[in-house]
Amino acid sequence: MKTTASEIVAVQAAHGEFDVSRAREDFPILMQTVHGRPLVYLDNAATSQKPRGVIECESRYYATLNANIHRGLHDLSQRATEAFEAAREKVRCFINAADTKEIVFVRGTTEAINLVAQSYGRSRFKPGDEILLTEMEHHSNIVPWQLLCEQTGAVLRVAPMDDVGELLLDEFEKLLSPRTKLVTVAHVSNALGTVNPVRRIVDLAHSVGIPVVVDGAQAVPHLKVDVRALNCDFYAFSGHKLYGPTGIGVLYGKAALLEAMPPYQGGGDMISQVTFAKTMYNTLPYKFEAGTPNIAGGIGLGAAIDYVESIGIEAIAAHENDLLAYATRCAGEVSGLTVIGKASEKAGILSFTLEGVHPHDIGTILDHEGIAIRSGHHCAMPIMDHFHVPATARASFALYNTREEIDALFHGLGKVQELFAQ
Amino acid sequence: MSDLRDLYQEVIFDHYKKPRNFHPLAGANRKAEGFNPLCGDQLTLYLKLRDGVIQDASFEGSGCAISTASASLLTESVKGKTEQEAEVLFQGFHNLVTRDAAAPAPDLGKLEVLGGVREFPARVKCATLAWHTLHAALANQVETVSTE
Repeated sequence: MKTTASEIVAVQAAHGEFDVSRAREDFPILMQTVHGRPLVYLDNAATSQKPRGVIECESRYYATLNANIHRGLHDLSQRATEAFEAAREKVRCFINAADTKEIVFVRGTTEAINLVAQSYGRSRFKPGDEILLTEMEHHSNIVPWQLLCEQTGAVLRVAPMDDVGELLLDEFEKLLSPRTKLVTVAHVSNALGTVNPVRRIVDLAHSVGIPVVVDGAQAVPHLKVDVRALNCDFYAFSGHKLYGPTGIGVLYGKAALLEAMPPYQGGGDMISQVTFAKTMYNTLPYKFEAGTPNIAGGIGLGAAIDYVESIGIEAIAAHENDLLAYATRCAGEVSGLTVIGKASEKAGILSFTLEGVHPHDIGTILDHEGIAIRSGHHCAMPIMDHFHVPATARASFALYNTREEIDALFHGLGKVQELFAQ
Repeated sequence: MSDLRDLYQEVIFDHYKKPRNFHPLAGANRKAEGFNPLCGDQLTLYLKLRDGVIQDASFEGSGCAISTASASLLTESVKGKTEQEAEVLFQGFHNLVTRDAAAPAPDLGKLEVLGGVREFPARVKCATLAWHTLHAALANQVETVSTE
């Protein structure tokens, strides 16, 4: 028997958890219909929707505060600078970094990883040096390293996963060698939902003196991230998957490492003194923030963090874990449905295939039911190769999703099977 | 779901579940690979061309219902056509899946079952993958054709 929405609310109230129906009211986009059906948005791993507070914050910035930062003596510039730097402090606190100078604003996870590859890697990697990553990386944590390999002669080493989508730690450990110069790993796999044991990976790498980069794009919205508890050297994430604006993201780096790295891009803001003979670089984090940054985006990200903290990341995680468990149970009842990625620890993602139906056809038919999922390789083609599928369908959850929406998903999948049975 | 039925017509399911000419082609003298990186659809198209006429055509690969049915229908419809006629068919098909429904179009026979694709812009690439691959095979391109 399916649980009704009112029962869920009652259960949540009894557990003192947040009220999902009230939270939904914070997201204006969720009120609309698609193809005549209420929108069921289950493509959160691609990007999450934005609460009114974030939308209004960006709008208010342009309406009342807009000025360039870090250079104006006038009032607006000072207030804009304060707001931008206050957002940096919110990020620092959110991921428990030691200092705001370790928080570099970038466009997103992709740029953060490229920054580390080019600034950290290019200046020190030599032919034969190895970069160790895992089989479950997103293309954005593969391709920047391949570019670096082409530039330096370094080579990629790939730690394999098993058939439930868990990293084989023994194999990972065996691949750590005196040639390994860097480890880079997804905290949560975007195509499988696997939560990787980052702290153990960091400990293994550090025991032989190797720094670790963590791609946190899919982790930060779903679980409590504490960069000091993880003890990772770099941590990258995007604002737009965390209910924030697109075009803003964060690179966390340990200060000692960032200090020793050359700038990534040159321009304004990242300098302290320029002559044609020599340029002195600015201090952290500004050394890595050439040019006018995405000021509104940074402030909007701060508002998104405020929103998440008003609910509590633990409450969000508990709600999403309940949704994932419920969806996984429903999936088990559908004949011909195969869940891709069955790690014991997962976050927010149900990736699957349906016998005899290509994921693109699933996506089109669900769309006509108002249900937005993702179909494709999820920018993780090596994962598709591992499971011998060209693509999967993926439902991914956020704080505003409900069990009713998961019922709608499986009702839609029933229609897919009905249509393809003819 | 009426517009979904426009896309997923019976003929399309038939060709998806039982694709015609679905095998490598002995004696093929043209071959091209097609790949849609967005959804992972990939196919190999074989042609046996003699004196400018397509004597035989076949394909292999994997894809969604639309791309598989489109490739299957293509192999049926280009047999016996000259290279030039096949190119005209390619243009006609392209117009069919991208044009305004009200615009006049040449008679494309069975291929017209794919006309519903025009209401689904995200799926046009699925329907045209085999045709772009045909274009490449006729031009004797050896590299993989991508719809991106």
